[in-house]
Amino acid sequence: MTDEFQSWGRYPRVGDQHVVRARDRHALPPFDAGRPNLAYGNGRSYGDVCLNEGGTLIAMRGLNRFIAFDEEAGELVCEAGVLLADILDLVGPRGWFLPAAPGTKFVTVGGVIANDVHGKNHHRVGTFGANVLAFSLSRSDGSHLHCSQTENPELFAATIGGLGLTGVITQARLKLRPVKSGYFEGEQIKFRTLDEFFALAEESEDPYEYTAAWIDCLAEGETLGRGLFMRANHAETGGFEAPRSLPLAMPATPPLSLVNRLSLGVFNTLYYERQRTAVVVRRWHYNPYLFPLDTIADWNRVYGPKGFVQYQCVVPMADARDASHALLTEISRSGQGSPLVVFKTFGDVVSPGMLSFPMKGATLALDFPMAGGKTLSLLDRLDRIVAEAGGRLYPAKDARMTGDMFEKGYPAFGQFVKHVDPAFGSSFGRRVLRGQR
Amino acid sequence: MKRVAIFGATSAIAEAAAREWAGEGARFFLVGRNETALGDIAADLKVRGAEEVTIRTADLMEMEGLAKLCHEAEGALEGIDIALIAHGVLPDQAEVSASAEQLLKNLAVNALSPAALMVELGQIMKRQQHGSLVVMSSVAGDRGRPSNWAYGGAKAMLSVMGEGMGMELEAAGVSVIVCKPGFVDTPMTEAFKKGPLWAAPAQVAGPIVRAVQKGRSCVIYAPAWWRIVMLVVRFAPAFIVRRL
Repeated sequence: MTDEFQSWGRYPRVGDQHVVRARDRHALPPFDAGRPNLAYGNGRSYGDVCLNEGGTLIAMRGLNRFIAFDEEAGELVCEAGVLLADILDLVGPRGWFLPAAPGTKFVTVGGVIANDVHGKNHHRVGTFGANVLAFSLSRSDGSHLHCSQTENPELFAATIGGLGLTGVITQARLKLRPVKSGYFEGEQIKFRTLDEFFALAEESEDPYEYTAAWIDCLAEGETLGRGLFMRANHAETGGFEAPRSLPLAMPATPPLSLVNRLSLGVFNTLYYERQRTAVVVRRWHYNPYLFPLDTIADWNRVYGPKGFVQYQCVVPMADARDASHALLTEISRSGQGSPLVVFKTFGDVVSPGMLSFPMKGATLALDFPMAGGKTLSLLDRLDRIVAEAGGRLYPAKDARMTGDMFEKGYPAFGQFVKHVDPAFGSSFGRRVLRGQR
Repeated sequence: MKRVAIFGATSAIAEAAAREWAGEGARFFLVGRNETALGDIAADLKVRGAEEVTIRTADLMEMEGLAKLCHEAEGALEGIDIALIAHGVLPDQAEVSASAEQLLKNLAVNALSPAALMVELGQIMKRQQHGSLVVMSSVAGDRGRPSNWAYGGAKAMLSVMGEGMGMELEAAGVSVIVCKPGFVDTPMTEAFKKGPLWAAPAQVAGPIVRAVQKGRSCVIYAPAWWRIVMLVVRFAPAFIVRRL
């Protein structure tokens, strides 16, 4: 089993995947008639939505041409294998920016549509899919369909967040947003409790487009829910070039995870206490602000050969405080987790995607070094809290949720399956969606 | 603003180099066989900043048309600052080992047609007293190997010709850059199993663009560490090369 064509969490690791490369958007390689097919972008989803054990992967990175850029209207048409990093390099210096960007820029356009990703400004602009104007979809019946809100609207809605199961996205038309600079300006605020977090989130919603918090997942008792809240807006000045930085990389996979109870406790305390004052005014280039982990290549190796799972859930606003408290209590009691925690509130901008993950509420995302049964049973306990609160899990991060958990969280599931292409499938689909090949 | 003519413009390495020049606002004359692909590349280069892109479909096997093609490029661009000769085909060695006809056909694509273009473009640049001519060769041309001596033979010819031409034209202000890539992950090598020695087209394009910038005749390996590898391979005894 090679490292190529795995997922970012390196769990699960799968074999028996045929790989064909897409080179021409007008003529994809023929779909495999005997095995389920699935487009594979840059392999940055964490669990198994991008994997296809026993099936065929259509590697999409070869489709990396731009097609058209309307600099007046801020509309970009490009092939599905183009990376968000390439888009930012192109449009940034000309005064445009991605409306919604996830935590890494090393993802393909097709991948971000199929996972309907979101960013720190969800409460303002919604998901990436909510900002896609149109795309082309190739299906196994030989059709190449143009999909938008008005053309094939059902397939448009099924494919946004559709995890690649409705066909292959070959190109997309994206709406960009104007910016004056590649920098962000804002504040980093220390908070001691979840109540303080929710108060900050609420007061920041109007004045700040981008909000997200880091939380100390080991803090318990009186300190439970402590963290740092970051809020920012696009700066008005500052150019687009990133300041020079050292190229960092995790050169090899250590034999054991470097993230463990001891290193986690030390890191979290230092990280929280390092900020001495309650509020620090900050200015960031978009790279460290939006994509902090991209500065260390192959950072996922830090979790060792067993890999890691990321858990991301959302709970509706009504129960958000209590459910978050219960989740954090369960996590800190287990002593598992990692320094990489993101806690934020979603807004109510609705995505067209049938299986779109965000909903008005609070979302918690954190990594767990994979330690077998003890990790999986903790996550099952977290699932119960999320389900109880009427929340759901993010497939792009998932490697272990049950079919039940999925169906309860995604009521449009029944409508979605009608649009699944019969020649398509994924490891996630076979694990979670009933009756999928 | 650079004026760039590319022969075999749908080659993955050529496209990667063109993207870099496009970012600087270059003007292009692209020659290839596949009109759709040329059109797609032209659109992409324009989005990336190219000032103007002319596409021209042509079969570079038709030797008598090559001189005209070069003059067309010169006319369309109003002079050529950079010419990149990038077309080539990886033959099935067993097939060319068994048939002189097949071998000659392959040599026509990989050696004769690029050689003719080198002469034509060299003349244009000599007249201009300026220009950079980039010839795509290969590390395969540094040593004969049982599995690809036909491809390697053609590339060896381009390497030697390009090196000599570079020296000849230096006085006229023209540089000839012979580029020898190692293993590159492109449609041409689709069938090969890839490993750590493999590079992406952009890793070959980078050194080409930098060599053109320097404006001196040279032989470059891309990525650069292939120079060391090939130094060893060139002096390796036959019993080792036989196994490569």
